Amino acid sequence: MAEMKDVVLEYIIDEYVDEDDDLEVGVDSPLISSGIVDSFSMVSLKIFLEKKYDIKLPDDEATPDAFDTVTKIVELVKKHQG
Amino acid sequence: MAFTDKTRQLFAEEIAAIKEKGLFKEKRFICSPQGAAIRVEYPEGAAQEDVLNFCANNYLGLSSHPDVIAAAHEGLDSRGYGMSSVRFICGTQDIHRELQDKVSAFLGMEDTLLFPSCMDANGGVFEAILEPEDVIIADRLIHASLVDGIRLCAAEYDTFKHMNMKHLEKKLELHQDKRTRLIVTDGVFSMDGDLCPLDEMCALAEKYDAMVLVDESHASGFIGKTGRGTHEHFDVIDKVDLITTTFGKGLGGASGGCVSGKRELIELCRQKARPYLFSNSMAPPIVAASIKVIDLISASTERRDKLEANTKRFREGMEAAGLNIRPGETPIVPVMLYNAKLANDMSRDMYAEGIYVIGFFFPVVPAGQARIRVQLSAAHEDEHIDKCVAAFKKVGEKYGILGLDKKGIIDKYGM
Repeated sequence: MAEMKDVVLEYIIDEYVDEDDDLEVGVDSPLISSGIVDSFSMVSLKIFLEKKYDIKLPDDEATPDAFDTVTKIVELVKKHQG
Repeated sequence: MAFTDKTRQLFAEEIAAIKEKGLFKEKRFICSPQGAAIRVEYPEGAAQEDVLNFCANNYLGLSSHPDVIAAAHEGLDSRGYGMSSVRFICGTQDIHRELQDKVSAFLGMEDTLLFPSCMDANGGVFEAILEPEDVIIADRLIHASLVDGIRLCAAEYDTFKHMNMKHLEKKLELHQDKRTRLIVTDGVFSMDGDLCPLDEMCALAEKYDAMVLVDESHASGFIGKTGRGTHEHFDVIDKVDLITTTFGKGLGGASGGCVSGKRELIELCRQKARPYLFSNSMAPPIVAASIKVIDLISASTERRDKLEANTKRFREGMEAAGLNIRPGETPIVPVMLYNAKLANDMSRDMYAEGIYVIGFFFPVVPAGQARIRVQLSAAHEDEHIDKCVAAFKKVGEKYGILGLDKKGIIDKYGM
C-alpha cells in the first residue's frame, strides 16, 4: 500500500499544481506560505483528507501552519487516526 | 488611557512589518471628478499633476456623466439625502423599488434586492439561502468578498481550479450527496480579465443538478452585445440562478450593489441576509442616479461599443509595442511582469509619464504573477490610449522587456 506521504503529495500536485507551473513540490516544500495552496482553497485538501482517511479535522487544528508541508499534514492525520 | 505607549508600539510594529514586506499602500488623492483625465496629489503633499487614469473601474465613463449627475441632483431634491434606516424598517422608497425592477429587467432575472454594496451582497447571500447540508463549489480566484461570504455561511465549501471545467465536474460528482450544490464564479475576473466560460459551466450545472451564482461586478453594463453581462455573452441568460453586481463600477461608480435572480432566493435574502437587515439603505441620490444609468445603457449600446473599440485599440497597440499582456477581450488588461519590484518600479515611471496605473503583486495576485493592471474606459479617447501605449513602450524599453515572453522577463528579473 502506498505510503500516506506519497498519497498526499500526489493529491496536492494533481489538485493545486498546473502543468505549466514549472514547480518542483516535495514532502517538505512549503505549500501555504509559498502560495501554492491559498487559505481559501486549502479546504479542498481538508475534505480530501477527511474522506480518504475517515477522520474529522477540527477547524482549530486544520490551520495554514499545520497544512504547510506534506510532512506536517501526515503528522496531523496520524494524530487523528489514533 | 488604555491606549498606552506599549500598546501603540505593538500596532506600530505591525505597520512596520507591512512596510518591510513591501506591502504598504501609499495614500493617493484625486483632486478632480473621476474621469479619463484627473488631477492627482501623489505622494501626499506633492504638487498636483494632471494624469490619464487607466486604473479606475469607470468602464462606461459614467462616473461624472452630466445626465447621471443631474439625476443625482434631482433625487436629492425630490427624495432627500439619506434614509436613516435599514430597508425593512423605513428605508425603502418608491425609487428603491423602481431601481430593483429596472435591474431585474436589464439582467433578465426574476427579482432583485439592493444592498449597500456588492461586498455586502456577497457577504449576505450565502448565509441567507444555504444550510449545512448544502455545498458551495467555488472557482479559486473569485473575489475576496465572495470568499468572505462563503466563510460566513454554514454550508460546506469546496474549490476548483480557475476556470477549469474538468476539475469543476470532478467536484460536482464528489458532492452529489449534498442537498443542493451552488457553483460560484466571477463573470469577469478582476485581476486577470478572464471571462468565465458560463456556457460550459451552466451545462455542467444542469447535468449535476447545481445552481449557478455569478458576480458580475466587472461585467454589468458592457459584457455581451447589449451589455447585460457575461450570461448574455455566452447566451445563458435563463440558465444563471443568481447574479451579484455593483453600482460602484461600470454602472455609475458611486456605491451600492444587489443580488438578482430566482424569486424565492431573493425573498430569502430579503428575510435573512444580515447586511440587508442591519445596514443602511442606498442613499436616494445614488438610487436616482443608478436608475438613470440603467435607462441610459438600456436605450443605447454606444458606450459599451466604444469601450469595446478602446479595448481593441489598446490591446493591439500593446502587442505591437512588444509588451507581454494577458490575452483576452475584456477591458481589464494585465501587463505581465512577474516580478513585484519591476511592477512597482514601472508603475512609478508610468506616473512620471502622466499615466496613472498600479502594480499588483502577491498576495493580491498569486506569487510570481506580478503585473500592472490596466483598465480601459469608454471615457478614453484615441489619443489617451495612444499616449498610454507610447508610455508603456518607453518605460518597457528602459527596463529591456519589450518583446520578451514570460521566461525572458523571469530570466532577467526573477520572480
